[in-house]
Amino acid sequence: MIKLVGVKKTLGTQPVLRGVDLTIPTGKLTTIIGRSGEGKSVLLKHMIGLFQPDEGQVWVGDVEISRLRGRPLNDVRKRFSMLFQGAALFDSMSVFENVAFPLKEKLRMTGPDVATRVNEMLEQVGLAGMGHKFPAELSGGMRKRAGLARALVVRPEIVLFDEPTTGLDPLMAKAIHELITTMQRTFGFTAVMVSHEIPEIFFLSDYVAILKQGRIAVMAPPAEFIRTTDPEIQEFISVGGPVVLSGAAARS
Amino acid sequence: MVAAIGRLVLKHVREMGRMLIFLVSSFGWLVRPPFRFIQFVKQLHFIGYKSTFVVVLTAGFTGMVLALQGYYSLRKFGSEGLLGSAVALSMIRELGPVLAALMVTARAGSAMTAEIGIMRITEQIDALDTMAINPLQYLIAPKMVGGLIGVPLLVALFDVVGIYGGYLVGVDLLGVNAGSYWTSIESAVEWKDIYGGILKSISFGLIISWVCCYKGFYTRMSAEGLGSATTEAVVLSSVVILVWDYFLTSILL
Ligand SMILES: Nc1ncnc2c1ncn2[C@@H]1O[C@H](COP(=O)(O)OP(=O)(O)O)[C@@H](O)[C@H]1O
Ligand SMILES: [Mg+2]
Repeated sequence: MIKLVGVKKTLGTQPVLRGVDLTIPTGKLTTIIGRSGEGKSVLLKHMIGLFQPDEGQVWVGDVEISRLRGRPLNDVRKRFSMLFQGAALFDSMSVFENVAFPLKEKLRMTGPDVATRVNEMLEQVGLAGMGHKFPAELSGGMRKRAGLARALVVRPEIVLFDEPTTGLDPLMAKAIHELITTMQRTFGFTAVMVSHEIPEIFFLSDYVAILKQGRIAVMAPPAEFIRTTDPEIQEFISVGGPVVLSGAAARS
Repeated sequence: MVAAIGRLVLKHVREMGRMLIFLVSSFGWLVRPPFRFIQFVKQLHFIGYKSTFVVVLTAGFTGMVLALQGYYSLRKFGSEGLLGSAVALSMIRELGPVLAALMVTARAGSAMTAEIGIMRITEQIDALDTMAINPLQYLIAPKMVGGLIGVPLLVALFDVVGIYGGYLVGVDLLGVNAGSYWTSIESAVEWKDIYGGILKSISFGLIISWVCCYKGFYTRMSAEGLGSATTEAVVLSSVVILVWDYFLTSILL
């Protein structure tokens, strides 16, 4: 469980988070939506200690990380993986080395197991045979998938996805969504995803939260979320036509 | 007015404090495992080996112009035979360390700032953090050591090439006696000169990697931020080298 309590953060002179209260349930996929520049990436970075709140607390399990540094913080971070909005691949390494890096550094894996795990992972994200390429030679979509492979290869307990499908074509976006949900169900990790893919995320997610004016305005299962009465949120989630849930999602 | 000056002073004092902490913690991380030997070799290759061409080129011409200038001054006193010592002493004591350091700043230092700065704005440094890897240890400490060892080696190369450049002009072109070129060097250069040169080059190596890594590491999150970080790194590093050179020389003399 990740729990943010009254988190406030001002960057420069601009208040970005103005009192976020949010509980991310363990082993579920929670998606955070909200307008561009609203602070979704900043919010995600608070969960892994890349930003420290000006006020408030961030709990990961029973550890309060907002004032942690050094080794205790690293111990918490070892439970996480993060896919950055821009993928953040290491330019100086090939795709293979990028994906192998956390295996070697985080899990201290060595030998042929590394190559097996990496190649298996690259295949799953549709990058089989691309291991020798460097990030500069990849398209935006391929970089995202390589970043996804690097995040998932260590089979973490908690994964933060910052816009995993932005910039991908619809087919690839669908494939990545399926990959994330399948992996999430298989390994049961706690997933927090920032996404603009409305309405898709309502079919994929266990919970949806919306960040609005520096606060979490609604946090609920999809079926409940779409019944919100806030007209602005209604407008935001239904620009592409009203969201209609069917089957399992509607019953949940 | 006074308040503005006060603010400016405070800002610079704070910046200097941050720089000092940056330096100390980078070296602190150096002595803690895991030891990044490969990273260090890569940095030595980058700072040292890849700077050899520009260092050899500038050293050659520096030695040549020194011989030219020295010859016309010394001839007035009929002591062209001392040309070797004049070239060698200026090289070893002053021009070798300073010019090599300035060339390394321009070539490797600016590249170092740009590389780290790009890693900062594309969140690669954050990515290291999320993998529980300390960026100071993984990224910065090897560059510090690379500068500390690479620059003295380059300075040694600079001195040797410069002295041969002086030989080329002095002996082959202006007709100074080859034997007296070398014997004057042997008799004039003392251990103290060499020692001073080494001390200078080590400290310049440290200044370059310190300033250039620091500016890259704290690059502001924009393309302009990256441009100004690189410029600031080169300017600050060069200025600090020259100022420190003056103080070190006045202590060593
Ligand atoms: N490292 C930073 N330094 C200063 N301001 C930042 C930083 N990161 C983000 N911001 C600002 O915080 C606000 C929210 O950014 P972000 O979280 O990236 O939005 P989004 O919801 O699109 O992910 C933006 O106004 C952005 O300019
Ligand atoms: Mg974002």
